[in-house]
Amino acid sequence: MVSEQGGAAATQASSAAPIKVAVRDVTISYGGVAALSGVSLEVREHEVFGIIGPANAGKTSFLKALNRMDSFTDGMGVEGDIHFDGVPVDRLRNVYALRKRIGVVFPLPVGLPMTIYENVALAPRLSGINRKAELDLIVERCLMRAALWDEVKDRLNSLGSLLSGGQQQRLTIARALSQQPEVLMLDEFSIAVDPVTTMRIEEVLKELRSEMTIILVTNLVQQAERLANRTAFFLGGECIEVGDTAELFAGQVEDQRTRDYIEGKFG
Amino acid sequence: MFEISELNKTNMRVERLYRTLFFMMVLLLVLPVLIILGTLIYKGGSVISLEFLFTSPTDGMTAGGILPALIGTVWLVSVALLVSVPLGVAAAIYLNEYAGNNWFTRIINLAIINLAGVPSIVHALFGVGAFVIFFGFGTSILAASLTLAIMTLPVVIVATRESLAAVPMAFREAMWNMGATRWQTIRRVVLPNAISGILTGVILEVSRTTGETAPIMFTGAAFFLPFLPESVFDQTMALSLHLFVVSTQVPGVPEALPYGVALVLVALVLIMNSLSIAFRVYLRGKKKW
Repeated sequence: MVSEQGGAAATQASSAAPIKVAVRDVTISYGGVAALSGVSLEVREHEVFGIIGPANAGKTSFLKALNRMDSFTDGMGVEGDIHFDGVPVDRLRNVYALRKRIGVVFPLPVGLPMTIYENVALAPRLSGINRKAELDLIVERCLMRAALWDEVKDRLNSLGSLLSGGQQQRLTIARALSQQPEVLMLDEFSIAVDPVTTMRIEEVLKELRSEMTIILVTNLVQQAERLANRTAFFLGGECIEVGDTAELFAGQVEDQRTRDYIEGKFG
Repeated sequence: MFEISELNKTNMRVERLYRTLFFMMVLLLVLPVLIILGTLIYKGGSVISLEFLFTSPTDGMTAGGILPALIGTVWLVSVALLVSVPLGVAAAIYLNEYAGNNWFTRIINLAIINLAGVPSIVHALFGVGAFVIFFGFGTSILAASLTLAIMTLPVVIVATRESLAAVPMAFREAMWNMGATRWQTIRRVVLPNAISGILTGVILEVSRTTGETAPIMFTGAAFFLPFLPESVFDQTMALSLHLFVVSTQVPGVPEALPYGVALVLVALVLIMNSLSIAFRVYLRGKKKW
């Protein structure tokens, strides 16, 4: 399969790549109850890092910890070390700068209650870009890269929330790209999206991985197989194992549960 | 398979019974409103004229118009709004957008609920003690309006909080994940989408403030003043107090006069409420999600 070959080639390149996000012994809790405990892993630059696992495995909490959403979430506590580009994020006072460098796509598309144009121009405006010509350029480029431009170029001033679910999800991706992120985190982006749009977004992600690091939490095991260079398996608040995607899917696993989950023999 | 059993029959009868019962309750609810309005128009409609609205009372308040009271009410309500809206909206924003759910905010919430439950005459006495005497504003529009403002603060806070809470959390999370601060999020997404609810609360507050009598009686509203107020440190007449005075305190008032004053007061509140409803409908049409 084509994707597997691509994945293998990219793996070779990325094993030498510098570490983008390093996570050591991280435990995340809500009101004292652990949602994820003792996770250690590394995400390298320009790789697609997949995270698979059933519901309640702690996948979303993990993403929230990476961009310090704990500081905006009541009762959420993070222990352990998370380094972004070698900088420990837990002591960061400027969490806003960190979040600007990390684009996030949610399970359910969130079209902000403003026009399509404003949705994509928002992040640049927040970082002080106000010249119309410059914004126009950013909006066009981001919508283009999110494979949405052709569908919305004639109605940029209509409401983003009126788009279909699949279009809104691509709008969310365009919005994330407008931050010019170094890391793009996607949390089960295909959950509310039709299969055709899912494939289109996957194509978009394949284009993007040469420019940024992608962390892909997915409920579809095959999606991780298609896209991820390396994959982590989360289960019940633990990271069971992290491995080369091709190897994991070829059955070279350390833990039997990983194989069972991948083969769909779970529960 | 569709034949009606005894049980079905009973159920259908009970269903009809309750439906009728609830409908009667609704009628009962509307009745007093209609009777009040009808009586006011029937008995007081004859005194309403442009002259009535735009002249001062004469002949020991047994004749003439209500201009100083009307103007005074506008003063009192406006100054009260100027104080309570910024204060209440800011407090609501803090409580809903910044504060976590801890013992401190729970105590504040309790305080707000209790503030809403304090009788208006107690607010009046507080106003006398605090604004008239302690701060030395004397009996003035300022003291009366501040008393009104304190009294209506809970309404503003609760209405604002509710409309802030109605803005979906997902919008905030999307903004935060983009690196927006809480204030940027509030200004660009939360407030624009909560403004209709906030304004509704404000207008409700206006209509309530318009009718209040007790809090202004001792703090700034006067029995009779031949001149219009010129600053917030003047005393003033007010519609609500004027109604009380002409109906109970002054001998020889023609019967139609108090009804006329009451009609103007009720009309003012109704106009205010209609505006609020119209505005909400307009803004709902522009709702963006």
